[in-house]
Amino acid sequence: MDQGLRELYQEIILDHSRHPRHFGALADASHVAEGFNPLCGDKVKIYLRVDANDRIKDVSFEGRGCAISVASASLMTEMLKGRSVAEAEELMGGFLLLVKGEDAQTLDEDDRERLEVMAGVSAFPMRVKCATLAWHAMKAALDGQVKARTE
Amino acid sequence: MNVESRIQSSPYDAAALRRDFPILAREVHGKKLVYLDNAASAQKPNYVLDAMNTFATSEYANVHRGVHYLSGAATERYEEARVRVQKFLNAGHSDEIIFTRGGTEAMNLVSYAYLAPLIQPGDEIVLTVMEHHSNIVPWHFLRERQGAVLKWVEVSDLGELDPADVAKAIGPKTKLVAISHMSNVLGTKTALGEVVRLAHAKGVPVLADGCQGAVHGVVDVQALDVDFYALTGHKLYGPTGIGVLYAKRKHLKGMRPFLGGGEMIREVTKENVTYADAPMRFEAGTPAIIEAVGLAAALDYIDGVGRERIEAHEQSLARMAAKRLKELNGVRIIGEARDKGPIISFEAIGIHAHDLATILDREGVAVRGGHHCAQPLMERFNVSGTARASFALYNTPAEVDALIAAVQEARKVFG
Repeated sequence: MDQGLRELYQEIILDHSRHPRHFGALADASHVAEGFNPLCGDKVKIYLRVDANDRIKDVSFEGRGCAISVASASLMTEMLKGRSVAEAEELMGGFLLLVKGEDAQTLDEDDRERLEVMAGVSAFPMRVKCATLAWHAMKAALDGQVKARTE
Repeated sequence: MNVESRIQSSPYDAAALRRDFPILAREVHGKKLVYLDNAASAQKPNYVLDAMNTFATSEYANVHRGVHYLSGAATERYEEARVRVQKFLNAGHSDEIIFTRGGTEAMNLVSYAYLAPLIQPGDEIVLTVMEHHSNIVPWHFLRERQGAVLKWVEVSDLGELDPADVAKAIGPKTKLVAISHMSNVLGTKTALGEVVRLAHAKGVPVLADGCQGAVHGVVDVQALDVDFYALTGHKLYGPTGIGVLYAKRKHLKGMRPFLGGGEMIREVTKENVTYADAPMRFEAGTPAIIEAVGLAAALDYIDGVGRERIEAHEQSLARMAAKRLKELNGVRIIGEARDKGPIISFEAIGIHAHDLATILDREGVAVRGGHHCAQPLMERFNVSGTARASFALYNTPAEVDALIAAVQEARKVFG
């Protein structure tokens, strides 16, 4: 198999896409937003429960999409729980650098290691938006918007 | 290339034709390019590019304006292109051929110039669920702005359209039937002549989206008796930026202008304006002159190869591809109409269309993955998207092999 493809579709990505974590609606969500990619019609809805101290107590997602977008959403939900809103946004900033093939210096060692599985997408410019869709929706939810879109 | 020689070259020689298309010799990702995204846009033969270049370097000027030599020459070439399109569609008159920017503009022109002035709230437009967005959104405009009602005609599980269902959807308030001649997703060829006959029996005109239909078979707008026929140049091996609306003379007379500007007027004063007759009335501003010449060359090229021969070649490739795709595990073809063009939509169960298209791309195989600008149809078949392989006059059986091998590769990646 092509080396780029092997890096893009790593086993862990395929696993997340087949068995997405935190999949489904969150009944007591405080922040909700939908991400939509008009190019492919993929949709992802992000639910967050943020407490009075701006800490993310719970997070989930639902929607349909390609392996990359579902895996990215699933991985994101795993990593957000327990972080403050500011930390979540910082993580997103690092993630956006990573998937564009740039040096994500803002990420700490642990986070970088966990997100590294998504770095393969940087070799597929047409697919970067698939990877960032859920993250933009998360940001939109935290900003109090209801919709985010990648175009 | 000598167009005449293509007519005589027998049997059909795809390998020779490929040499007319320089881009087909290139590689992508280190693999031989297998271009199967022809329904999105076809590649251009040297014959077309050379015709445009020759025109631009020897006879180019603006049209219908100057009295100088080049303006006259350019106007002649431009008007010859119109006549060439007229012949291609077997239209009765060259003034029924309006040059547009593409198929989308052609259908919007019908919406704005023909239909909008006729629409009262509650009036109906009949269309099918397999329309491309360009044959949906212009009618949504009339729904939003003037209270028109869209009446949707369903297709069967095979993707076939029953003309009787179209007839049933037509009521006393129906002002237009807007229907694809060939679905860009399912490949379904609609029984356009029959739809027109049934619609006319109820006094309703028909617009056909011929963006695919005009590419894969002979179109005779007089035999079809269709009122409007839209096509685009770039899918016909011609340049981008040029398309055509065929409109019957009897409709052209009442149509209001769309864009205002130069070339579409008879007289402009401070107080008033009068308009030129069709087709000029609908071609405001400097048109795509070089592209019109390119389109005419593309039609020469196509007819040089032979439309029936192209159709037969494409059909044999598409049938081969469909058969072999169905033999693969977990592959479903969406759209199995008995009468269909060389467009195959399919899904590999468990693999999203974009993942599939990405993997195929790495094998050099260019297919479209996604909703194909036909979201109502995706809803009808309950898929978020499909992969689509579409064949052109230059594709080969070896490229079908490459497609099948690439889909098998995708199966391996996804286990």
